[in-house]
Amino acid sequence: MAFRRFGRSLLYSLPLGITFLDCVGYVARVDGTSMQPALNPVADERDYVFLLRWGIHNNPVERGDIISLISPKDPAQKIIKRVVGMQGDVVSTLGYKHEIVRVPDGHCWVEGDHTGHSLDSNTFGPVAMGLMSARAVAIVWPPERWSLLKNELPRRRRPIQVAKASYYN
Amino acid sequence: MGYTVLSRLRTLARYTIAYACITHCTFEYVGDFVLVSSNGNSAIYAINCVFLLRQCKGPSMEPTLFSDNVLLTERLSKYWRKYQSGDIIIAVSPINASQYICKRIVAVSGEKITTLKPHPLEAESAESTSKQPNEMTMVTDYVPHGCVWIEGDNKGNSSDSRYYGPIPLGLIRSRVVCRIWPLSELTGL
Repeated sequence: MAFRRFGRSLLYSLPLGITFLDCVGYVARVDGTSMQPALNPVADERDYVFLLRWGIHNNPVERGDIISLISPKDPAQKIIKRVVGMQGDVVSTLGYKHEIVRVPDGHCWVEGDHTGHSLDSNTFGPVAMGLMSARAVAIVWPPERWSLLKNELPRRRRPIQVAKASYYN
Repeated sequence: MGYTVLSRLRTLARYTIAYACITHCTFEYVGDFVLVSSNGNSAIYAINCVFLLRQCKGPSMEPTLFSDNVLLTERLSKYWRKYQSGDIIIAVSPINASQYICKRIVAVSGEKITTLKPHPLEAESAESTSKQPNEMTMVTDYVPHGCVWIEGDNKGNSSDSRYYGPIPLGLIRSRVVCRIWPLSELTGL
């Protein structure tokens, strides 16, 4: 009897849990050093970030937000980067095949904070916004690093020319 | 009296949430229904939300699929079977993240493709900044790792990989299994 009750509650809570993770957000570990110093400032200590999925498709991200996206090279891998340019922006690249790129429609330009040690848009070019899966809002673990992630973009990495707001409408 | 009403409401809420979650999981992980529509009309979109239909733009698949066809798609077979050329897929449009497209895979990563190089979208983004004109040439190229080359069946009226280049596998949502509406044309694809 207890077993049946357990099965029934599992049948109820499993879809509920999956839906919650899909719609609201989840916690993920950050691997690698590509986002230093914002994330993983010490090489062998891993940060856990809360990734917010709520509203990711309705209100677009802004420049400077840290987002998690499916890697354009390998669909099984998720990467975490900072948005540098939105569609229509003109960005100066660091070692991409064109020195200056206008980000095409529906794409964004993402970069890791740790310039030179990050596999980002400077390698694979602008990424489609459809690959974006969540926005990182806070570091939740370890406790001494508990903080909200700020939307900040180093002055030297700002787009050369920002698309007009009317561009989106 | 008040207690019965409350407990009824609670049961109702419980069942509503349970069914909403089960529907979400099924559509997100097993498969869903897609309506091929000629234009992204918002009034139609509202109706589709009621009938749990996803919408995709479709004049580009004309000889195979027509407007107002409803397709059954699945998302499971990618775990044991890779996408192959010839599959019809639903993907998020690379040039507009809020729109879905329905195309046929022409080549998967590692296969050869004859194409204009650089792709028009890439050329546009480089050209508007650096003033020198980009010459486009027909070349034989390989589809890069983790990407697929998609084209519509209606070659003349289709914006596909010939415009934006190979698309990453992560954009693909599901594979079309069969057409379920209109019933007279119920066929596997």
